Amino acid sequence: MATVDLKLKKVNKVYREGPIQLINYTLEIAKPGKLPSDLQKQCEFIVEYKDQEEHSKPKPVQFTITPDTLTNVKEKQNIPKFKVKGKLDSSNMCINKPLTGELVVESCASPIKSIEIQLVRVETCGCAEGFAKDATEIQNIQIADGNVVRGVAIPIYMIFPRLFTCPTLSTNNFKVEFEINIVLVFQDDHLVTENFPIKLTRF
Amino acid sequence: MANYEWFPRQRNYQLERSKENLPAEIASNHPLKGIGVVELKHAEKRGTSNKASTPVNKNASSGDPLSTSSKSSFVDPLSASMGVSLDGSDPLSQMAAESEALAKKTRSLSLKENTGNDLLDETFEPWSAKKAGILTKYTTSEKLSITTSFLSAQDKEKAVIKAQTTATVTDKVKNRLEQLDDFEEGSVQKMLNLSQQDYVKRIDELNQALINAWEHDQRVKALKIAIQVGKLVYDRLKEKAQYYPPGSGVPVKLPDNFTPDQVPDSAKETCRNWFFKIASIRELIPRFYVEAALLKSYSFLKTGEYEEALQRLCIMTRGIGDPLVAVYCRCYLSRVGILVSPRTTGHLMPCFEDFLVSYTQLQTDSVQNILAMQKLEMPNALLLNSIISAFKPEYIAVRSMQFIEMIKECEDTGFPKHLLHRTLGLCLVMASPPEDQKLTVLNEVWKAVMKLKNPVDYIGCAEVWIEYVVMHFGKREVNTILADIIKHMTPDRAFEDFYPQLQSVVIKILSHIHDFSVLFALKEAVRVEVCKSIMEAFIKYQSEVTNDPVIINALMFICKTMHDSVNALTLEDEKKLISNLISGFINKISFGRDFEQQLSFYVECRSSFSNLDIVLVQLIQNVNNLSIETRKVVKGNHSRKTGNFVRACAAYCFITIPSLQSILTQLQLYLMSGQVALLNQCCSQVCLILYDMYFSITADAFFKAAISVIPDVPRNVELEGKTRSSEPLLTEYLYNFISTLLVVPDNPDSGVLYLLRGLLNILQNYNWEPNSDAKILIYTRVLAMLSASCQEKYIYHVDKVDSNDSMYGSDPKFINEVNSICSTLLDEILNHLKTLAQSENFRRQGILALELFNTIICHSDLEKQQLFNLATNLWGLAQKHGQIDVKQMVSIIKLIE
Repeated sequence: MATVDLKLKKVNKVYREGPIQLINYTLEIAKPGKLPSDLQKQCEFIVEYKDQEEHSKPKPVQFTITPDTLTNVKEKQNIPKFKVKGKLDSSNMCINKPLTGELVVESCASPIKSIEIQLVRVETCGCAEGFAKDATEIQNIQIADGNVVRGVAIPIYMIFPRLFTCPTLSTNNFKVEFEINIVLVFQDDHLVTENFPIKLTRF
Repeated sequence: MANYEWFPRQRNYQLERSKENLPAEIASNHPLKGIGVVELKHAEKRGTSNKASTPVNKNASSGDPLSTSSKSSFVDPLSASMGVSLDGSDPLSQMAAESEALAKKTRSLSLKENTGNDLLDETFEPWSAKKAGILTKYTTSEKLSITTSFLSAQDKEKAVIKAQTTATVTDKVKNRLEQLDDFEEGSVQKMLNLSQQDYVKRIDELNQALINAWEHDQRVKALKIAIQVGKLVYDRLKEKAQYYPPGSGVPVKLPDNFTPDQVPDSAKETCRNWFFKIASIRELIPRFYVEAALLKSYSFLKTGEYEEALQRLCIMTRGIGDPLVAVYCRCYLSRVGILVSPRTTGHLMPCFEDFLVSYTQLQTDSVQNILAMQKLEMPNALLLNSIISAFKPEYIAVRSMQFIEMIKECEDTGFPKHLLHRTLGLCLVMASPPEDQKLTVLNEVWKAVMKLKNPVDYIGCAEVWIEYVVMHFGKREVNTILADIIKHMTPDRAFEDFYPQLQSVVIKILSHIHDFSVLFALKEAVRVEVCKSIMEAFIKYQSEVTNDPVIINALMFICKTMHDSVNALTLEDEKKLISNLISGFINKISFGRDFEQQLSFYVECRSSFSNLDIVLVQLIQNVNNLSIETRKVVKGNHSRKTGNFVRACAAYCFITIPSLQSILTQLQLYLMSGQVALLNQCCSQVCLILYDMYFSITADAFFKAAISVIPDVPRNVELEGKTRSSEPLLTEYLYNFISTLLVVPDNPDSGVLYLLRGLLNILQNYNWEPNSDAKILIYTRVLAMLSASCQEKYIYHVDKVDSNDSMYGSDPKFINEVNSICSTLLDEILNHLKTLAQSENFRRQGILALELFNTIICHSDLEKQQLFNLATNLWGLAQKHGQIDVKQMVSIIKLIE
C-alpha cells in the first residue's frame, strides 16, 4: 500500500507593488521518499470565514470639514477658508461592496488641486512592552482633480482592494483596523485630512 | 497624244499581302524553353535545400518568444492569482472561442443588438463621421508635444522578451515585474515639436502598441499603456485646452456578441479582476477613461451593469475640475454609452446638467486667465451659435426675431457674426418663422449680410439664405437677392472660387420654384451669368455620366437659358464658350443601355440648341456613336428593332447636318455618318426590301448629299483666325471619300457607279483655283480606286455589306464601264500635263507625272504595250527637268524592281 505525504505550506508571496507580504496557504501532496517524485500536485487555497458573523448594518456618517474642525493645526491663519460637507453611506461595510458617499465643496477660498480618499490599515500588536501600532496606506483614490465646481456633489466611491483588506479584526493583543482619510490638497500643496474609522465585515 | 486605254491589272490582294510578310521559319524550339529547364532544376535544388531548412524555419517560427510563452507555460499574473488557468490560456479568449461555437445562437442576439441600434433616431450622428469632421476643421500649425515613457522603452522590451524565451513561470513573473519597473522608472521622454500629423500618427502608434501588447498576452503592459494614453490625452488637454478628442487611444480587443450567461465563471472572475485593477488606479481621469474604454467588458458580468456603471461614471466626472476636460469626459462617456448600450440614456441628462453647472466655472479667474493667455475671448456669440445649431429648428424659428436681436447685440470680436447668420439661416430653412415675421427676419438679416466684404463670408450666408427666400417669397425678392449675389461675386472674378456654392444656390432655387415662368422672369444677365457658373461647376465636378432626371431637367433648363441668350450680337468667343458648356453637359448624360431614350434626349437637345453649330456637331457625333454602340451590342446582327433604331439614328443625322453653317463640317459629317450607316447595313438594297425608300435614309443618301454639297464649298475658310484656302482640306476629304466609295454598293435603280460619276461631274465643274493640280491629283486617286473596283475581290469590305465585287462578280459589262471612265480620266490627266509644258510649270508637271506613273505601275496592267509605253514616257517626263526629289525617284525604282 502506497503512502502519500500531505504538506500544508505557508507561502510568502510578494505580489504587485506595495509593502505588504501576503500569507497564502498551499496544499502539497507527494509520494514520500528521498528522491523527488513526479507524482506531485500543488493547490492553493484561501481560508475564509463562514457566514456566521453579524452582517454589516448601515451606519451613515455625516461630516463637515472647515478650518475650525481641524485639530493639531499650529497656524490657523495660514489655512484658507473652506467648507466641505459630505457623508459616507455607512461606516460599517461589507468588504465586497464599495465604499460610497458624496462630498460637496460648498466654498473654498483658494483653488483646490485634488481631493483624495485614502484607505489606511492600522495593525496593532500587543506584547510585553506595550502596543506597537503600524499604519499603512493601502490605497489612494483621487475623486476630484483640479478646482472643482462648488456646490456639486462629488461621489465618493472606492472598491476595497481584495488582496490588501480583510474584515476588521480585534483580539486582545492583535488588531487589524481600517480607516478612511479624506484628503483635500490645495493648489499650494497644503493639505487637509479628515479621518474616519470604518469597520469592515466579510458579509 | 492618242487616246490611251486603261487596263487594270488583276490583283490578288491576299497573295500580295502574304508576299509582304517576312519569310517565316518554323521554330523548332522555344527560345524560353531552355531557360525554363534550368529554372526547373533550380527549383528542384531549392526544394531539397528547403527540406533541410524547414526544421530551422519551424524552429524560428516556433521560437517566437511571445507565442511560445503564451501557449505553453505562460501564466498571466492576474489569472494566476485567481487560481485559474494554469495552462496559460486566457479565460477571456476561451470564452471567445466558445462564443464562436455558439455563433448561431449569438446571431439572433446580434440581430437584436442591431435593432437596438435602429432605435436611435435619425438625428443621431455617428462618432466616426464627426471625428473626421473635427480633425479636418480644427487643424493647427502649432507644435504639439507628447510625454511618454514607453516609446523609448522598445529596446529594453526586446531584451526582456529575449530573456523570456528560456524562462520558467517564476522567471516570467519576475520579468513581468521588471517590465513594470521599466515603465515606472520611466525613461520618460518628452517628444516636442510635433506637427499635427505626427501627433495623430504617434497616437496611432500607441494604439498599435497597445493592441500588440494585448495580443502578445502582455496584459499588464496593455493596461499601462492605456493609462499612459489616458494621461497623455489629459496632459494634452490641460496644456492646450484646445481640441483633441479624448479617449482615442484606448481600445481593447474583446469578443463581440455574448450574454453574461455564456461567460464561464473563470472569465467573469478575470473580468472582475480587471475592473478591480482599474478601480485602484489612483488618478481620477485615467481611471475614468480606462473604465469607460473597458465599459463593454461589463457585459461579461451581468446585463444590467451598463446602466449602473454609466451612472456612476457620469457622476464621477463631477470631480474633474477643469471644465473643458470634464466636458470631454462627458462627451466620451456619451459616445461609449451609445456604443455599448444604445438604449441606456439615463446618464445623459445628469451629464448635461452637470455641464450646465460647470458653465459658471467659465467666469472663474483661472479660466479667464487661460483665455487671456491664449488671446481668446469668450464671446456670447459662440454660445449663441451652438444654441442655434443644436436646438430644434422649430424652437429657433418661433423665436427668430429674438435671436436676430441677440446676434445684433453681440460684439463682432472672437466669433464672426456671419457664421451666426448662417447657422440661423440653416435653422429657418428647416422650420419657418411665424408668417408675420418672415419679411422682417429677411430684411434684418440681409441688411447685415449685404455689408459683408469678404466673398467667402458672404457666399456662405447667401447660399443658406437664398433657400429661405425662395421658400417664402416671390420672384421680386429672389431677383433682388440674386442681383446682390452677382454684385458681390463679380469683383475680381471672385465667383471662380465659389462654383459649388453658386451651384447650390441655383439648385436650391430650382428645387423650390417649379413654376418656370417665374424663373424666366428673373433678370436676364443674372441668369446667364449664373447658368454659366453652374455649368462650369457641373462639368468640372461631375466626373461620371448620369441619368438622373432631376439633374437633366435642371441642366436642360439652364442650357436652354444660355442658348437663348445667344443672339446676333453675341461675340464669337462667348458663343464658343456656351457651346462647349452645353456639349460638356450632353456628354455627361448617359442612359446606359437605354439607347432609345438616349436618342430621344438627343432629339430634345437638337430642338433646344439648334442655333449652336458646335452643339449640333456634338450631337451628330454622339448619335453616330450611339448607332455604333448599338451595333456592338447586337454584334453586327441587327434585329428588326435595332435595325430600325440605327436607321432612326441615321435619319437624325441626315436631317441635322444640313442645318449646319459650315460646309466643310457638313461634308465631314456626311462622310462619317455615311460610313456609320454603311457599317450598320443601311444600304439601299436592304432598305428597299424592308422599307419605303422615302423613309429610309441610306448610306448613299449621305454620300449623295455630300456630293451635292461640294460645289458650295467656299474657296477660303477661316481657321484659327487666319484665312486659308479650302483646297487642301477638300482634296484630303475627297481622297477619303473616294476610298469609301469603293465599298459602297451601287443602287440598282441608278446606273453603274453613279455616285462616282456624280462626283466626277461635280469635280469637273467645280470652280478650282487657278493653277491648281488638285483636280488631277484627285483623278489619279479615282483611277486607283477604279482599278481596285475591277478586282474580283475588293481589298476591304464592310462587314455584312455586299460591295460591287459580289454584286457584279466582275461582269465584263461593268469592267468595260469602269475602263471607259478610266480612259476618260487618263485623257483628262494627260491633257492637263500637256498644258503644263511651260518652264515655270515643270516642277508641277514632274510631280503629276510621277503621281500618275506610280498609279500606273501599281494598278494597271503593264503587259499591255500601250500602257507600258505611257509609263516609260511619264518616267521620262518626270526626269526631264530634274525638279523632282532624287531620293523619291530612287525609292520608286526600287519598288518597281
